Amino acid sequence: MAMHAAVTGHTPVIETSHVCTRFGTATVHEDVTLSVLRGEIFAIAGGNGSGKSTLLREIILLQRPTSGTIRVFGYDLSTITEAEALALHHRWGVMFQHGALFSSLTVAENVAAPLREHSRLSLPLIQEIAAIKLGMTGFPMESTGKYPSELSGGMRKRAALARALALDPELLFLDEPTAGLDPIGAGEFDELVERLQEVLGLTIVMVTHDLDSLWRVADRVGVLGQGRVLGIGTMQELCASPEPAIQQFFGGPRGRAAKEQTWNDGSTLS
Amino acid sequence: MDRLSANIHVRGQEGTIRCSGSWTLHALAGLEQRIAQASFPVTTALVCDVAGITSMDTGGAVLLHRMMQHLEQDGRKVELSGLQPDFTALMELVTTHWGSVDLDAPSHGRNWIERLGGHVWRRLERGVDGVAFLGESTVALVRSLGTPGTIRWRELFGSLEADGFRALPIVGLLVFLMGVVIAYQGAEQLESVGANIFVVDLVGISLLREIAPLVTAILIAGRSGSAFTAQIGTMKVTEELDALRVLGLSPINMLVLPKVLALVIALPLLTVYADIVGVFGGMLIAAGQLGVSFNEFLTRFEEAVVLRHFLIGIGKAPVFAIIIALVGCYQGFQIRGGVDDVGQRTTISVVQSIFLVIVFDAAFSIVLNWWNL
Repeated sequence: MAMHAAVTGHTPVIETSHVCTRFGTATVHEDVTLSVLRGEIFAIAGGNGSGKSTLLREIILLQRPTSGTIRVFGYDLSTITEAEALALHHRWGVMFQHGALFSSLTVAENVAAPLREHSRLSLPLIQEIAAIKLGMTGFPMESTGKYPSELSGGMRKRAALARALALDPELLFLDEPTAGLDPIGAGEFDELVERLQEVLGLTIVMVTHDLDSLWRVADRVGVLGQGRVLGIGTMQELCASPEPAIQQFFGGPRGRAAKEQTWNDGSTLS
Repeated sequence: MDRLSANIHVRGQEGTIRCSGSWTLHALAGLEQRIAQASFPVTTALVCDVAGITSMDTGGAVLLHRMMQHLEQDGRKVELSGLQPDFTALMELVTTHWGSVDLDAPSHGRNWIERLGGHVWRRLERGVDGVAFLGESTVALVRSLGTPGTIRWRELFGSLEADGFRALPIVGLLVFLMGVVIAYQGAEQLESVGANIFVVDLVGISLLREIAPLVTAILIAGRSGSAFTAQIGTMKVTEELDALRVLGLSPINMLVLPKVLALVIALPLLTVYADIVGVFGGMLIAAGQLGVSFNEFLTRFEEAVVLRHFLIGIGKAPVFAIIIALVGCYQGFQIRGGVDDVGQRTTISVVQSIFLVIVFDAAFSIVLNWWNL
């Protein structure tokens, strides 16, 4: 837990090698090999249907690849024991695209749920921790008693992020964190992710095709396409890549606009 | 996973609190109690030495901050010393957000009068909604019967197949067994007084008039009423109902009317089928146990079971059909919010429609008794 004191450096947290995924006759991943280093914000990018979310689901043990190995914190997911899997679940937090908040619980109860299940703290302390987490994600405090169905999209994302952070994970997965948010909300969310990464020393893996997000927060980006990793590196490196699919992805009008915006607004690029 | 412990030592004379170890979620449970039980010195100035804390997460930071807050509330001055640079950002984060934590404003804590009022109000609203729904459906039904072109025939036939035809096996099996049970139970009594042939009256009248329509309706309520609620409810959750409305299509026309009409057609037909299968079940037992041959049974059937018993049974079926379809659809529209509601409303839908079916059945019995039918 809490690797703030630990060395952030070049130890890989996640390694996938030669991952192949097939559904019936459809091949999602042919050969996906990539690694995520401790303390970085790694983005998995790619067009719709390129298998970004499938890869994420495989890394968080919701799905098994057809072949190939995935290692998280050094554990090989294909040979992992149940106890090890449970321990892994405590070390990562996942924010789903649509929040996946439990609809029968209030926001505060949603965030407190993992703490109630996995720690033996007193209820008042759990509630305080949950409230702090919600405060950290910028969730409006007067709404913590609301149910998920009463929330706006932006509030739902923040609540989902707070729940993902409930157990102080070392590794945070974000599935399309800015999808469905307005540009201002998306920008704020990007900043929030960056700030939390800094303060909590998180390793963050995000699946996104939001070009602004990629430029602003991602340290490195892995582009998936045609069943494999088309390119991997910083955004500048990727833009220089000769791979036509990557050029198409980042070199289009929207990609250029996102790039220019980031260059003009130098403060966001650390 | 490391199981390091978190520690706290209070040194009264020096006025120091020494914190050490791993202040993380897994080690905090015991620590929380120790802090609660610790006797802190009454001196006004305390030093909280946290240099020994090797790792800390938000939980630890919250606990540390809370302890200091409590001490300060008691009129002491607490100074934090030796915080490792790695944890300062985290501690700051907790401190900044602490002010916004307002746990004294509980969201549920209303007194009983408010809760009672809210409850009664919601019930009233539901009642008004129910009447409005009934009215809306009736208007839509009358209108579409006037112009048959507006009836959704596809949905109607789909529903006829799903809710009528596909229910044949289960309805048949159940009513057959009911016929068998009634004949068996009657056989013993009738045999003892030598009135074997009256098994025909027993089976015929009870099945045709009461058992077949009632059992069929209850089965369909469980089978189709629940499906209506779940379908419409899920469509509401996924905003498909709104999509229909936006396209200028009325959900009542699209979803409710075909279901009501289909059940109004299917339930009487199912009841006739149930009558036949049930009586056949009784016949088998009559032949086996009481020596009443099929021929004798049917001859007696013609004399004993007058047509009105059959008609009364069949006549109840459309009423039951309307109850089941309307309750099922209405509960579907009542779903608000989430997935949880779908399950809850489906249960309510089945219980309510079975309840209403039996209430109406009792009402029929009373009214028909008045008219000496």
